[in-house]
Amino acid sequence: MAEELKLHRTWSSPFGLRIVWALHIKGIEYDAIFEDLSQKSPELLQYNPIHKKIPVLVHKGKPICESLVILEYIDETWKEAPLLPQDPYEKAMARFWAKFGEEKLLPSIWSVFTGQGEEKKEALGLAVQNLELLEEQLKEKFFGGEKIGYLDLVFGWLAYLLDVFEEVIDLKLFDAGKFPLLSAWMKNFYDAPEIKEHWPPRDKLVTKFQVLHEKYQTANPPK
Amino acid sequence: MAEVKVYGIFAGPFNRRVELALKLKGVEYEYIEEDRSNKSAELVKYNPIYKQVPVLVHNGKPICESLIILEYIDETWQAIAPLLPKDPYQRAMAHFLARLIDEKFVMAKYKVCYGKGEEKEKGRGETCEVLKYLDNELQDKIFFGGDNIGFVDIVASYVALWFGAIQEAIGVELLTKQKFPKLSKWIDEFLSCRIIMENLPPRETLVPLYKAQFEAATQKASS
Repeated sequence: MAEELKLHRTWSSPFGLRIVWALHIKGIEYDAIFEDLSQKSPELLQYNPIHKKIPVLVHKGKPICESLVILEYIDETWKEAPLLPQDPYEKAMARFWAKFGEEKLLPSIWSVFTGQGEEKKEALGLAVQNLELLEEQLKEKFFGGEKIGYLDLVFGWLAYLLDVFEEVIDLKLFDAGKFPLLSAWMKNFYDAPEIKEHWPPRDKLVTKFQVLHEKYQTANPPK
Repeated sequence: MAEVKVYGIFAGPFNRRVELALKLKGVEYEYIEEDRSNKSAELVKYNPIYKQVPVLVHNGKPICESLIILEYIDETWQAIAPLLPKDPYQRAMAHFLARLIDEKFVMAKYKVCYGKGEEKEKGRGETCEVLKYLDNELQDKIFFGGDNIGFVDIVASYVALWFGAIQEAIGVELLTKQKFPKLSKWIDEFLSCRIIMENLPPRETLVPLYKAQFEAATQKASS
């Protein structure tokens, strides 16, 4: 019988998706609870009172919040198909690049998406620089080596969101020619069955981000 | 050549954590004091992305970012003074608290110091929200780590010492015994531990630094 495991998520959030992917790679059964962020469930607010965000993993009634914390919890609780390396130094490097992804790469790409004019140009330069740093980290098929690991799950959002952003803002962010390793990685990542089965629909994503982009344009019209 | 090196600054809360962890575990290391206005070639070589302290160098391999370094230390020198619990759920809670301090609390404190009007008020609210959360987390324990100083205690040294100095420097008192009795008790207990007293900078040295920083920023803002 499946242990009592619930995941509060949304259909498109990259933070929730990385948990979905991790659970499927490890073959763990769970119940998905899809949240409407404009009307958060009382359970979500009870389980994550301080951040009020998804994802939240609830295991035997105990909530774990913050996607990177959840990933490590899953890896330590279910030992099959390990996500993080065993060696402490390699682990530290994986954690470092995950932090870089969250604090540098993601915000820089988001700034390109939301920015206007000069701000957008600057953000694009920074985003490309950050992508170059990531490209240098790919030494094998995946960040995790021959198999998908922690860092692949952390960066997985690039594989489905970058081209959606490009379409919505009509700007080339990711030149496949400049990033051959990352391009190959995106394809290999998507081709993995546990990943492909849990891929948000592209047309729905385009609609969602078109609406969001318009909101940003209206809130901050170009000067 | 020393097997373990730590790059830090005298008043730096993040590098002091690293030194505390090493001292608790009885690991010998060489300390290198950095000048932020004139960073050493080694620091830039070891931390090219952020170019900041702390950096731990172990057998020539650098590890950056204080929480990542703390985990590396715990995983590498396992026999003495374990910093993190063994249980995955307790570990996840410890990570969650550490991030709460390093992300939400530090940002909130910044708003309290430098925010104007509504932003400042929001900062005060968020600061107290985190303090309340920490206060509740302590329950009847002496330390966050239980009977002994652990990972969260080390991270929360920022609250115990640096935040105390900041409060004094800017003339604010959010962390009171009345509002946060358990946390206040923990602070007294923690700061009176011999290993803490011997390895953290005295509060009297921090207050003038923060006063000067605050005055410089206020002057710059009004000019």
